[in-house]
Amino acid sequence: MTTSNTTLAVIPVAIAAGAAFVLPEWLLFLATVALAKGLVVLGLLMMWRAGLVSFGQALYFAGGAYCAGLLTHYAGITDIFVLTFAAAVFGGGLAALAGLLLARYRGIFFAMLSLAFSMILYGALVNSAFLGSTDGIGIERITVFGQTPDEHFERTIFLFALLMSVVGAFAIYRYLRSPLGWLAEPIRDNEVRIEYLGVSVRAAIHIKLVLAGTLAGVGGALTAFAVGHVDPEMAYWTSSGGFVFITILAGTGSVFAPFLGAIVFELVRSFAFAYAPEFWQIILGGSLLAAIVFLPGGLWSLIQSKKGEGK
Amino acid sequence: MPKTNSIPKTFGAIALAAALSCAGGAQAQDTLKVGVVGFLTGAAAGPFGVPARDAAELMIEAINAGTVPAPYDSAGIGGLSVDPIYVDEAGGSATQVTELRKLVQQQGADAVVGYISSGSCLAVAPVADELEVLTVLFDCGTPRIFEEGSYDYVFRTAAHATMDNVAAAKYAATKVGDIKRYSGINQNYAWGQDSWNDFTAVLALQQPDAKVSKELFPKLFSGEYGSEISALSISRSDVLHSSLWGGDLESFIFQAAARGLPDVMPMILTTGETVIHRLGDSLPDGTILGARGPHGALANDTDLNRWFVAEYTERFGTPPTFPAYHMAQALLGLKAASDKAAAAAGGVPSTEQVAAAFKGLEFEAIGSTVSMSLAGGHQAISETAYGTYRFNTETGQPEIVDIVRFNAECVNPPDGVKSIEWLQAGMPGAVCD
Amino acid sequence: MTAIAIFIDGAVYASWVFIVALGLTLIYGVMKILNVSHGAFYAFGAYGTATLVGLWFEADLPVIGGFAMMIGASVIVGLVLGFVLERVLLRPLYDQDEVVLVLVTYAAFLIMEDLLRLIWGSDAYFAYQPFVAVGRTVVGGMIVSNYDIMLIVFASALGAIGIWMLNHSRFGHILTAVIHDREMAASFGVNVAKVFAVTFVIGAILGALGGAVTAPKVSVTPSMGVEVIVLAFAVVAIGGMGSVTGAIVGALMVGFARAAAVHLLPEIELFVIYAVMAIVLVLRPEGLFVRAKARKI
Repeated sequence: MTTSNTTLAVIPVAIAAGAAFVLPEWLLFLATVALAKGLVVLGLLMMWRAGLVSFGQALYFAGGAYCAGLLTHYAGITDIFVLTFAAAVFGGGLAALAGLLLARYRGIFFAMLSLAFSMILYGALVNSAFLGSTDGIGIERITVFGQTPDEHFERTIFLFALLMSVVGAFAIYRYLRSPLGWLAEPIRDNEVRIEYLGVSVRAAIHIKLVLAGTLAGVGGALTAFAVGHVDPEMAYWTSSGGFVFITILAGTGSVFAPFLGAIVFELVRSFAFAYAPEFWQIILGGSLLAAIVFLPGGLWSLIQSKKGEGK
Repeated sequence: MPKTNSIPKTFGAIALAAALSCAGGAQAQDTLKVGVVGFLTGAAAGPFGVPARDAAELMIEAINAGTVPAPYDSAGIGGLSVDPIYVDEAGGSATQVTELRKLVQQQGADAVVGYISSGSCLAVAPVADELEVLTVLFDCGTPRIFEEGSYDYVFRTAAHATMDNVAAAKYAATKVGDIKRYSGINQNYAWGQDSWNDFTAVLALQQPDAKVSKELFPKLFSGEYGSEISALSISRSDVLHSSLWGGDLESFIFQAAARGLPDVMPMILTTGETVIHRLGDSLPDGTILGARGPHGALANDTDLNRWFVAEYTERFGTPPTFPAYHMAQALLGLKAASDKAAAAAGGVPSTEQVAAAFKGLEFEAIGSTVSMSLAGGHQAISETAYGTYRFNTETGQPEIVDIVRFNAECVNPPDGVKSIEWLQAGMPGAVCD
Repeated sequence: MTAIAIFIDGAVYASWVFIVALGLTLIYGVMKILNVSHGAFYAFGAYGTATLVGLWFEADLPVIGGFAMMIGASVIVGLVLGFVLERVLLRPLYDQDEVVLVLVTYAAFLIMEDLLRLIWGSDAYFAYQPFVAVGRTVVGGMIVSNYDIMLIVFASALGAIGIWMLNHSRFGHILTAVIHDREMAASFGVNVAKVFAVTFVIGAILGALGGAVTAPKVSVTPSMGVEVIVLAFAVVAIGGMGSVTGAIVGALMVGFARAAAVHLLPEIELFVIYAVMAIVLVLRPEGLFVRAKARKI
């Protein structure tokens, strides 16, 4: 990471951390949910660069959320670090399993098989009384180092989500610059040539799936902490559709784009829902179309062109 | 501003009011902002959400104007005029938690009256307590809410599902006669599961030889029951129990009636009263209906009831069904508690004072007296009634005949006992008239 | 007894889901667009039917016309929505990536869901008259609605016509050529743009028809397209995207799997369809009825 890039990254994070002490609670809550989604989208970004689009990312998202939820509900574990770690491992583990099959697939078939997997989880969640069926399950109040942050709950969760986002973004930034990560675009363009180089494309994609699953698991856990409840809707296809939506809106030019996109998405959705409830889906659909037609590089391309360092 | 819809305007007005009140610093409060939550879109809107929203509009206007009959003829709630914020319940439990946070933290709601789905209630109750906002659950039915949790700021002014299913089983045991086999179709979530468990527990007491033939749990809001109806039609049951509600119930009735299912086994519909004006002669005669309390066509003839039915029918063109009664009941409960707290405090009461006054309160609702006597004074019980449907072809009006009334202590568990344990123990302590 | 019930329920469910999936697979086969807005065609078809059937029976006209209304509503919905969507939205974007086109149709789906609500409001509509009017029959001791029997006949006819058209009509030959190799067909003088437009409209009509035949059985509500679209995806993915024969086989597998689950093992009802889909995709990644393609180098 060059010095200028590091500076550029530190400034918005510092501003966000400072804002946590100023912004009203509802806005912090919205920002927390947005960061959680941003983490999921970060995984999609990584796959997008390799030409893969998952219509089933909700599988790992809901997996992480339910993992955290079940641990608080049945095991009484409430520590935020333990829960997040467990959700990350669970999301990554699910992806490692699904990846055994998924890594062979490309294009629309990859999208369809991941959709099928996520819908199986959805059906299982709705049908199982142990997992709360349609009602879902409530999350106990989480603790940080044994303390219950009752006074500043929203702020605490937001700062934690911010920390996770920074860690996630930095990790993926480093990964994309590693030899394995750098292979993404060549894989999209021509796999067979990569194979001639002696690299297993399937293994490379499998690693991407596991990383994306881990991120989605963490995103799910963060959402569960903030909302205080998990339900099967988190695994439904519309949830996956929302993540792909944000990926397109945000653009795939930078590891910061997903977070920017998610915040814009949540703000638009929240205000559209509040002020024009009859039109909010029209507004969402319209902005998606506008992004595809007028901003093929997503929102990030606006920032990039301002900085004058477009690729 | 789009069309004439009141919701965006309300939001605009609230945003403006919030801005003004911020600018003016700490002014004396003169309105009570009440979030009113119910399904405004989706299949549950027509039979549940819309009647509830209509009733809320009517009651809030009347309360603000002081035109509700005695004992509610003072204007406002706890001396404040009510400013409603209507919120859609669609979108699932997690969405509702998010919306509740917005309602309280962003829009400054002082109290919330709402929630039709048991799933929503289970999800929002802990959050309402965390946000310390007085929340009156007006319609949802699962007993789990106060049996698996305890809350300081949450109250439910409607009796829970145990009452509905105890009364349903008692009615079936006497009116259907000898039941050898019976089946149930209930939605796969808290309300449906609890309803079925309660019903089977009571029927086992009433008719120990009756056996369960088929128990089906289709998904909530599934709407298509072809295979389920096939399974039921070959189940050779004497009676069918169902707690389906909203669009699910209406779809099920159409599909079952078209295949002659009600001719083979009479249906007991615990929420059936909601559909009588909407379906008319499409609802088969002989169907056993409940209204989750003495509501609608099963209401007692009181001053409040005559006033409510007349006002509602004139304004909305159709008589009120039980979701409308439940909403009115919740608002009257909130008013009774707030007025009591205001009298004690000698001014506008705090949320804590209203909550204290609400505990164990007994108040007059539209169709009967309601006592907040379960769950340490947070959960209501009331009397209830069941009847049999008949479409009167001469008047072209639906009727409920053969009505049997059950007093509250007969069909509700005593305080401190979990519903299902009470039923399995043989309903000790029940006092029936 | 249960076996008969599974057979009949499976056939009814398969017929219904086939009608919905046929349009989806046709559009994918010809245009390579996985059309999410198919769910909106379905919902509009149901609402159009509810409206027209409601008017028809309010005027006390003969029952048979009610069925004509269902077809009429589908054709109107399909023509209008299909034409507008293809011309305004898709045509300028045909050269986009397959996955981007899925998102374009997803956006269109979101927009159309709100339009539906703006036009018809959020209360439920009923069009039960055709369903009730045709009566019922006892088959093997089980009461079956004649409407469901008609549905099976209709879907079978639709499948037969579809296959015959593809193999024997002029338009079918052109379609087969475009499905097989778009560039080659164009170089032989096929007007691909026109073929696309016609295909999309036909697909839209079929989607609306799926909603139209469902409307009399259920309470018609705005979000009814959300669930159907993934179900249709499953059928199409199982059978092989773009194959009519595949859609028939996929629909039958989905129909019987679900019916068997409801009667024998209700706990797995909700995910049995997607489990079948996953198993088929694992064994045959491109579905049952699609030839494997050579890898590009």
